[in-house]
Amino acid sequence: MSKFVSKKVEEASEVKKTLGEYKYGFAMPENNVYKAEKGLNEKVVEKISEIKDESEWMREFRKKSLEIFYKKEMPKWGADLSEINFDEIYYYVKPSNGQEKSWDDVPKEIKETYDRLGIPEAEKEHLGGIKAQYESEVVYGSLMERFKKQGIVFMGMDEALKEYPEMVKEHFGKLIPPSDNKFAALNSAVWSGGSFIYVPKGVKVDLPLQAYFRINSPKMGQFERTLIIVDEGAYVHYVEGCTAPIYSVDSLHSAVVEIYVKKGGRCRYTTIQNWSNNVYNLVTKRARVEEEGIMEWIDGNLGSKITMKYPAVVLAGRKAHGEVLSIAVAGKGQHQDAGGKCIHMAPETTSRIISKSISMRGGRSSYRGLINILPGAKNSRSKVVCDALILDKESRSDTYPVNKIGEKESILEHEATVSKIGEEQLFYLMSRGFSEEEAEAMIVNGFMEEIVKELPMEYSVELNRLIALQMEGSVG
Amino acid sequence: MLEISNLKVKIDKKKILLGVDLSIASGEVVAVMGPNGSGKSSMAYSLMGHPKYEVVEGEMKLDGKVLNEMSPDERANAGLYLANQYPMAIEGLGSSRFLWQLYKKRHPDKRSSIIEFKKWLALQAESLGLKKELLSRGLNQDFSGGEKKKMEILQMMVFSPKYVILDEIDSGLDVDALEKIAKTVAKVAKEMKVGVLVITHYNRILKYLKADKVVVFENGVVTKRGDAKLAEEVENKGYSKKEDE
Repeated sequence: MSKFVSKKVEEASEVKKTLGEYKYGFAMPENNVYKAEKGLNEKVVEKISEIKDESEWMREFRKKSLEIFYKKEMPKWGADLSEINFDEIYYYVKPSNGQEKSWDDVPKEIKETYDRLGIPEAEKEHLGGIKAQYESEVVYGSLMERFKKQGIVFMGMDEALKEYPEMVKEHFGKLIPPSDNKFAALNSAVWSGGSFIYVPKGVKVDLPLQAYFRINSPKMGQFERTLIIVDEGAYVHYVEGCTAPIYSVDSLHSAVVEIYVKKGGRCRYTTIQNWSNNVYNLVTKRARVEEEGIMEWIDGNLGSKITMKYPAVVLAGRKAHGEVLSIAVAGKGQHQDAGGKCIHMAPETTSRIISKSISMRGGRSSYRGLINILPGAKNSRSKVVCDALILDKESRSDTYPVNKIGEKESILEHEATVSKIGEEQLFYLMSRGFSEEEAEAMIVNGFMEEIVKELPMEYSVELNRLIALQMEGSVG
Repeated sequence: MLEISNLKVKIDKKKILLGVDLSIASGEVVAVMGPNGSGKSSMAYSLMGHPKYEVVEGEMKLDGKVLNEMSPDERANAGLYLANQYPMAIEGLGSSRFLWQLYKKRHPDKRSSIIEFKKWLALQAESLGLKKELLSRGLNQDFSGGEKKKMEILQMMVFSPKYVILDEIDSGLDVDALEKIAKTVAKVAKEMKVGVLVITHYNRILKYLKADKVVVFENGVVTKRGDAKLAEEVENKGYSKKEDE
């Protein structure tokens, strides 16, 4: 019980409890076109290829990946994944007959879902294009006419495999091969959906492109695959959001994202992950950056049961720059195991990882990071800052940084802090007339400000709102 | 009227206030002086409801409302404002944004736009000698001691309290800053009929902020009561009359 509580506040707490509920937890009836049998086997993988009418190399790629998945052990480090039952998951669900260009053509239940999530509205207001994935497939897609004219390609990954077979084959699974880890292998075997983006030389996409991932049915496995190629001197900001209904049984989301940034190009990739608390979120993300290119991962993890995600930047060309800005909020029953990796392969490369985590109501957050400066990456610099805020005694925070410095002529700075919200800070803000919850939210928002300010306004407002929702009822 | 009657307070098991009686009327300035550890600041924290200070006996009332059982925010919203001796820094909570939130919280009926508010805020900051760029920093983040004290007064002006407690606002301030702050508070007290409780070691703040009453604390009780002359006497001769012996 809070020390500041007066009699009036106790009465109000019941109201707060209902407000604090996860807003996106609703589910729609299932009207699937096709749903694969439960569990994973070669037949399911073949069936996916068959439905998608895939080329031979992709069929082979899937089969080999499945073999690798069977052989690979579960990761023994990181979060506890022992409760995942691969036999209980549906690996492929096709919700509609294809991708639509108008919301009016999207099946009613699905459209209603996106309406309730506010996606068509956001599309009108501040997005350059959108992909909406429901279960395993992209059900809606759009791209502004002026972007199409500039040669920008923004399509579903399955579409791209057919329309740009060479470009896909050249890049797909090259940065993150199936053998990278067990979940990359799983994704490679059963992948479906995701985005493909190509930005031609010198073209700067001045509005964000967004993908919205929604899981609807219970025990669902969503395995989208995203490939982004930013050509020389080009720029794109890609944003992804994810939500799911609340079920008592677990779902699995395991994506693979590969990004190529060519000379002088820049890619910013923003994630606002807000899965319901029954989703395992195990994602592999990696970018390769050539000379003077810039890659920025802005990674917000608020939802899910367990997240394991460490966006990586491979700095392959001279003066390439990589950033990982990570926010993790771990509440009741959640473990956010997040961080970032920067691999310096070339001279004068620079990187920065800033991680801010908040643990509350028994939640656990871990920072896990790697800085690897290879021999020959002369005059490279890297800075890692990880700050953790723990709101109560039941919650936990750990850091697991790994630094490998193979080049003497390089600089690595590392700072880490762990703090608790102090009684004195709360008292100070409360003495200005703010309630204990308001005061706590102010402190938490201030703590994350450094990263939130990097987001476009619409998303920073959304993120602050989501965190405030998470925090409702966290006091006491 | 802010009234304290027979206030007895302890921290952990230590008795700090042993029965204090004091009252401050609207528009009145009351100075509280006394040596370190005499209980001056403890009274300030007890009034504001700091959880460390346990009220064992006695009553605190603001315009007839009993404060004892209220949380700090409820006391604030009753009109009480504490300018802290050691203001807390809140990293990342932008000062001007915080002041705007404070303004909206305290004046829900007023319809000033954020632009009008910021103009007004800039003027007030300037008159206090608070550098403009500080307003874009986190609240009290990397502020000097003096800047923090000015920020306390700027917050007070946004807050518009009925009663103000200044807990050693003068410590760590240079003469210019002290004059600006004291004159600002004096003006607010007079124009807005705000009751002011000035906790201080020194008489110099009282040059600009004339005290109607002066009380001296020693060992958790009020040992002397008087007018402005008492403050001079205390400064010249010390709290006890040992020097005379």
